Amino acid sequence: MSNAPVDKGRRRFLTVATSVVGAAGAVGVAVPFIASWNPSARAKNAGAPVEVNISKAEPGQMLRVKWRGQPVWVVRRTDSMLEGLDDHEDRLRDPHSEEPQQPPYAKNRYRSIKKEYLVAVGICTHLGCSPSYVPTEMEEHIEGVHAGFFCPCHGSMYDIAGRVFEGVPAPLNLVVPPHYYEDDETILVGKDKGQA
Amino acid sequence: MFKRLQEWMDARIPMTKTWNIHLAQYPAPKNFNFWYLFGVLAMLVLVNQILTGIWLTMNYVPTSDGAFASVEYIMRDVDYGWLLRYMHSTGASAFFIVVYLHMFRGMLYGSYQKPRELLWLFGMFIFLALMAEAFMGYLLPWGQMSYWGAQVIISLFGAIPGIGDDLTLWIRGDYVISGATLNRFFALHVIALPLVLVILVFLHIIALHEVGSNNPDGVPIKHPKGSIPDDEKPKFKFHERFTKKYDIADAIPFYPYYVVKDLVGIGIFLFLFCYVIFFNPEVGGFFLEPPNFEPANPLKTPPHIAPVWYFTPFYAILRAVPDKLFGVILMFASIVLLALLPWLDRCRVRSIRYRSALHKLNIAMFAVAFLVLGYLGTQPATPTSTMFARIFTFLYFAFFVLLFFYSKREKTKPVPERVTK
Ligand code: HEM
Repeated sequence: MSNAPVDKGRRRFLTVATSVVGAAGAVGVAVPFIASWNPSARAKNAGAPVEVNISKAEPGQMLRVKWRGQPVWVVRRTDSMLEGLDDHEDRLRDPHSEEPQQPPYAKNRYRSIKKEYLVAVGICTHLGCSPSYVPTEMEEHIEGVHAGFFCPCHGSMYDIAGRVFEGVPAPLNLVVPPHYYEDDETILVGKDKGQA
Repeated sequence: MFKRLQEWMDARIPMTKTWNIHLAQYPAPKNFNFWYLFGVLAMLVLVNQILTGIWLTMNYVPTSDGAFASVEYIMRDVDYGWLLRYMHSTGASAFFIVVYLHMFRGMLYGSYQKPRELLWLFGMFIFLALMAEAFMGYLLPWGQMSYWGAQVIISLFGAIPGIGDDLTLWIRGDYVISGATLNRFFALHVIALPLVLVILVFLHIIALHEVGSNNPDGVPIKHPKGSIPDDEKPKFKFHERFTKKYDIADAIPFYPYYVVKDLVGIGIFLFLFCYVIFFNPEVGGFFLEPPNFEPANPLKTPPHIAPVWYFTPFYAILRAVPDKLFGVILMFASIVLLALLPWLDRCRVRSIRYRSALHKLNIAMFAVAFLVLGYLGTQPATPTSTMFARIFTFLYFAFFVLLFFYSKREKTKPVPERVTK
């Protein structure tokens, strides 16, 4: 040990410099721990598109398929269901589908390519429950509406085009996934037309 | 022989010293009532959870294909597997009953007030860790309620503007809840959170022993040196760590007096605990929910989903708000406000015994609001129940606002100088 006077400035510099390097190292070490929580390569690849055969769907019937692990509904809507759609637009949060919850080709009153068939992800935009399909008795939940979707978890309501009503917890319309008609009887869910 | 072993140990680790400071010569107020049993009961349940939990992992399989079947296997084929599982599932509910009563005691006697703010905050962190622990544990049986309950709770984070969707994706590790989610929840449930809990409980006790317990009178047992006449001092020997700076009055050593009292409480608790395990482990769907006897189905939500009873008050608050983000904010606020109690309550009288009638009414209103919200949270959402949920959510928050305003100039009763009885 020498008795030389302590160089305080130098000591402070060294303390700060090592702390900064140490902190940078700590941040670097955190990266793999945090990033390992992201979906793995396998989970990312599991999203293959699915084909839905609609030739056997009765008017008013709903088909359910699984895409990326989520329920996707295909509803064959009847004429009376479709006629009701413009009656309640003043009670919807987003009647004209301004929010990007659908591909551009479904940005219309019916939120579909062909009026008759609604294709939607059956997950409530509130907290992710799967709403129930209410083909005729929707009046029990909301006045003047005959068909729609009702979420049992927190009472959110959608019309038969998956548009959300005002005064419920869900903020957004149901998601319409990318899809197209391979032919008159088959819908491909998970891809836009012409997309590789 | 033992004497020499003790000396050998004491020369190497502070064994006897620790025993004396924290137990045999630790001064505890002499007027504890049954409300002071719940801390030790919480420790007992923590030990039960850790022990039965370790044994359950010996047969549980944390994969989406194997989880549900492995729980059935534990229930049916493993010797005493049913008992270990019921001890664990009943323990989870018992933990919350005990902790809610423990927290309410703190509110009744103003235990969160200065100098116990940090002790209270450690408690609140324990409460948060406990909720996370229970939530993640609930996914593990991979039943319908496990799956959809987790779906709802993880989606809560989706309400955060901007990063919400990416955050939920990161938490799940997949586009939906899947085996990846189950596996990481398993890791957090069996090792990460229990470690955090144990460390927090340790800090909680250290903080408690630094400041000493409050008591039902809210009157300190530490008095300025020289203010207590010798003939009024307790005839026990307390560690000089406590007597050096203060005169201690109205106290008894924790060991043996409160150890014996706690053992009686533990006996009564175990009696009730065993009744549930052996005769009524589901408690009418409150401790174990019926939809969870069906395996998880990602395509179908059960017609009525509700969290386990201990989350329902907060869930009812969430549901009462017809806006996603605001609902989530209000739900978290309902917990944050509890943590802020030491600063919201500006009265210097601690115990409800000597506080105003207004304060008594206010605390009663809070308790009623909490219980009613808890009930509403178990019920399906109807227009009437939503209206009630809104009223009682309002009352829940009104408790804190009112408290903040009247506590500053509250008309309290005269507080005795010394602990009564
Ligand atoms: C695992 C959970 C917990 C354990 C094991 C635990 C343990 C204990 C123990 C053994 C005591 C002393 C005995 C007693 O006063 O009952 C105590 C006191 C206390 N605890 Fe906890 N506790 C837990 C959770 C909490 C929570 C969630 C809070 C509140 C947010 C809290 C706040 C307090 C306060 C304020 C005291 C001092 C009370 C007084 O002296 O009047 N604790 N705790």
